[in-house]
Amino acid sequence: MNWHGKLLDLAVVALMVMLFFAAGCGRGNKAIQVKGSDTMVNLAEAWTEGYMEKYQANALAVTGGGSGAGFAALISGTTDIALASREMHQKEILLANKRRVFPKELQVASDGIVVVVHPSNQTERLTIKQLSDIFTGKITNWRALGGPDRKIVALSRERNSGTHVFFLESVVKLGQKKNPNEFAAEVLMMPSSQAIVEEVVSNPSAIGYIGLGYLNNRQKALAIAKDENGPYLVPNLRTVKEKRYPISRSLLFYTNGTPETRVQSFIDYVLSPAGQAVVKKMDFVPIK
Amino acid sequence: MNKWIEKIIEKLIFISGIGSIVFVLLILFFLLKEGLALFSSVNVFAFLFGTNWYPISEPPQFGILPLILGSLWVTLGAVVIAVPLGIGSALYVAEVAPGWLKEVLKSGIELLAAIPSIVLGFIGIATLAPFLKNIFNLPSGLTALAGSIMLAFMAMPTIVSIIEDSINSVPKSYREGSLALGATRWQTIYRVILPAASSGILAAIMLGIGRVVGETMAVLMITGNAAILPTSILQPVRTLTATIAAEMGEAVSGSSHYYALFAIGIVLFVISFLINLVADFFLNRGKKRNRKR
Repeated sequence: MNWHGKLLDLAVVALMVMLFFAAGCGRGNKAIQVKGSDTMVNLAEAWTEGYMEKYQANALAVTGGGSGAGFAALISGTTDIALASREMHQKEILLANKRRVFPKELQVASDGIVVVVHPSNQTERLTIKQLSDIFTGKITNWRALGGPDRKIVALSRERNSGTHVFFLESVVKLGQKKNPNEFAAEVLMMPSSQAIVEEVVSNPSAIGYIGLGYLNNRQKALAIAKDENGPYLVPNLRTVKEKRYPISRSLLFYTNGTPETRVQSFIDYVLSPAGQAVVKKMDFVPIK
Repeated sequence: MNKWIEKIIEKLIFISGIGSIVFVLLILFFLLKEGLALFSSVNVFAFLFGTNWYPISEPPQFGILPLILGSLWVTLGAVVIAVPLGIGSALYVAEVAPGWLKEVLKSGIELLAAIPSIVLGFIGIATLAPFLKNIFNLPSGLTALAGSIMLAFMAMPTIVSIIEDSINSVPKSYREGSLALGATRWQTIYRVILPAASSGILAAIMLGIGRVVGETMAVLMITGNAAILPTSILQPVRTLTATIAAEMGEAVSGSSHYYALFAIGIVLFVISFLINLVADFFLNRGKKRNRKR
């Protein structure tokens, strides 16, 4: 084969490779992308179902991955709505602005973080300080809390979880920004809320935290107080809505600036009475 | 016209042929580009030998020694479990089992390879972890050992099928010679066949290790993921792969956490590259030796 032939071959190969990649780039009618907090995924899916049933139109795609993943997707422009169970950090906002993304926050529901133990556990109530000591490794035995001589197995969510970050900031660091407390290295990092539920159900020495929506009667929820003076409160619709339960948080939507019409119409549905009824049905706390 | 079709098909095959190499190079390039960026702000030694993994603290700490040791413990445990079992079952399948049972066993072992790792992880979390907790009286069953046992199951099919191949490729004359000299069947297996197949066995072990080191989903679910320096196989560990899987979602692209996860990817790449290299070396040596004889 002479060099002409080789050149021709090369051109053919190059063309094929280009065609191959070009085929992957074509995109049809885009669905609204909703991505982020694993705590909110089930809720968002329920909203999606309700919305699509009501309007028979726009397709929505809901993905989990954690609040951080939602922010990352919002910043890189691959999602329309980021689901978040914590507020966006200053650092993330700066990074977003650098990429010409301007996050806009909107509260869509409330949630209480439930501290759960095995039903056979005698402990009834804890203060935030005691919880912090457990998760930083200062208290390692149930005896120190008036229980039997058993090692405490502390369970946390993974670092990609908004619940992890929220618990870190409001419990482990006692709500103080500058506090140097960290989760002890010995704390087990579980990949999902369901994994925490499974371990708590089968392990009498375990203590973990989950969203209100994951609580069922196979675990025991502890009453929590800000300090020893109380009051010790259990999380339920009322205490969380009134923000009296000490570890309550807002569930948030983040969009890039003012959203386009079809995204806005979904947000309007979420805030409507029908949308807030879905919140209650999914065991979270409505804002209205 | 036919000539053109011929030519196009030729090119298609050519592309498929070099495609995998191109993709490996692209992946390597991307991995290096993203991962090496970390070392403009973090010392390489502080990264490899640091003992604290707190990637989202202020200031973050990126020490992956606990993660490397975590992967090492899980892998060692899996090898200790899977290798004797693998050699034993390969010997049984290749040398001892009658024809019909051989086929049944072989497809059974292949079926083991078809179980998705997340299913094994789920079984592990629901049955194995509570079981280990009760037997060893541990605070929690989510330990390196749980990961090792599950990964041993995953490595078994690779190990068994490669060892079985290498046993089958031991020349028949060896076997006959040994038996003719009055050796028993066990003596033949132990003194003649195993040494003759040793290269294949080593290669199988290395490839099994490669499978275990890279496995993610099952270890993420059942090893507890606590980034401590493990001193026993009955402690929870956090592996390299599980760290990437668990934290990639959170890492904002362009942050040092994101670069650190890619740097872990480089470490994993280097490890599995070395393992494959060693396995290849043993496989080739075995082939050459058998050819010579």
